[in-house]
Amino acid sequence: MRGAKKRRLYLVLAIGLCLSAAVGLSLAAFSSTLTFFLSPRAVLAKHPAPGMNFRLGGIVQVGTVKTVINAGTPTTSFRVTDGQASVPVVYTGLLPDLFREGQGIVAIGAMNASGQFAADEVLAKHGSTYMPKDVEESLKNAGKWNPAFGPAPAADTWNTMKVKGSGS
Amino acid sequence: MNENVMMAARMSKTGAWLHYFANPGRFLRFARPALPWAAAISIALTVAGIVWGYAFAPADWQQGDAARIMYVHVPAAWVAMSGYAMLAGVSFFSIVWRHPLANLAAEEVGPVGAGFTFVCLVSGALWGKPMWGAYWVWDARLTSVLVLFFLYLGHIALIRAFDNPAHGHRAAAILAMVGAINLPIIVFSVQWWNTLHQGNTISFTGGSKIYITMLYPLLISTLGFYLSFLTLVCARMCAAIMERRTRTLLVAAAERES
Repeated sequence: MRGAKKRRLYLVLAIGLCLSAAVGLSLAAFSSTLTFFLSPRAVLAKHPAPGMNFRLGGIVQVGTVKTVINAGTPTTSFRVTDGQASVPVVYTGLLPDLFREGQGIVAIGAMNASGQFAADEVLAKHGSTYMPKDVEESLKNAGKWNPAFGPAPAADTWNTMKVKGSGS
Repeated sequence: MNENVMMAARMSKTGAWLHYFANPGRFLRFARPALPWAAAISIALTVAGIVWGYAFAPADWQQGDAARIMYVHVPAAWVAMSGYAMLAGVSFFSIVWRHPLANLAAEEVGPVGAGFTFVCLVSGALWGKPMWGAYWVWDARLTSVLVLFFLYLGHIALIRAFDNPAHGHRAAAILAMVGAINLPIIVFSVQWWNTLHQGNTISFTGGSKIYITMLYPLLISTLGFYLSFLTLVCARMCAAIMERRTRTLLVAAAERES
């Protein structure tokens, strides 16, 4: 390798190293503000002022969903939990199809005067587990997994499971 | 000494094989006969993967038929990122060794990669609306892929922005290599930050969280998308070399006439 090429090679490598270090350090410094949503625990710790908009993310607590239909528009109240803390949420409007107890959601809104999170928008967050309905049902029937209480078990226990009607 | 022995002697030197293939004329001789085959295989694999995924694979337990968008979305996302990694790689060769073929590849990878990134963004938006309830959210995964799209567009513009092509190649190579820092950010965004986008389903280190009859069409479609990307890039490179040759011939003919 001739001198000029060698010099360019080392220059590129050195600049690349410096740049990665700089970006890595700034991302580490920004990591908390780059977060898309706050967990209930973070909300209870930070006490966002009423009326200040933020996103609340977590799991819809099982057994807390109550819907009241008022003049055709449903108002739903439920609690969002991260397993350690929970925050009451109230939302008026139609919820996404994936909304149900045990489902991860992200709600956009602000705390109201009575200490509830008044959501303007509710987004459903779904897991990254893909399986046919039959497999999910037989896992549930076998007591191996209930989607309302956490993520699916290790995939190698089910991803080749033979189920009637899913052999496509 | 015949040509083969000379070639073998040249290739035995470190790195010499790289220089041997980094010659546009030689690239043309190897790539052009392979192109029709590559095109046929990529179309066959892509169609097979998508038809299998959309018509025969089972619907998902929680997302139903909407999850079938993954047979387009996931391969497009993987190719978009690999394409940028390739762009950064050829830019490295272009800036250190000034290979003419690396410059050519850098010019032609950009538009194809940008196209796959666009497919990834649009299919993702169409998937997001029915499942999340929004076409677009500013979470770390979606934003970093949008940045990838803009990096592609910036590279396409920059590499063609100078009267002297060598200046364009150098400036665009720096942009491509600096932008490569975005790739690990895209990959790990779902682990480092809370995002609305779900985590990785398929990982090289741990087990995949996908049923086998849904995994197969996804892998075939992915293979099809990768081959399509490579075929498109090679076809564009061949066309660019031919274009350059035609221009040289025309200039020579004009000079003879005058």
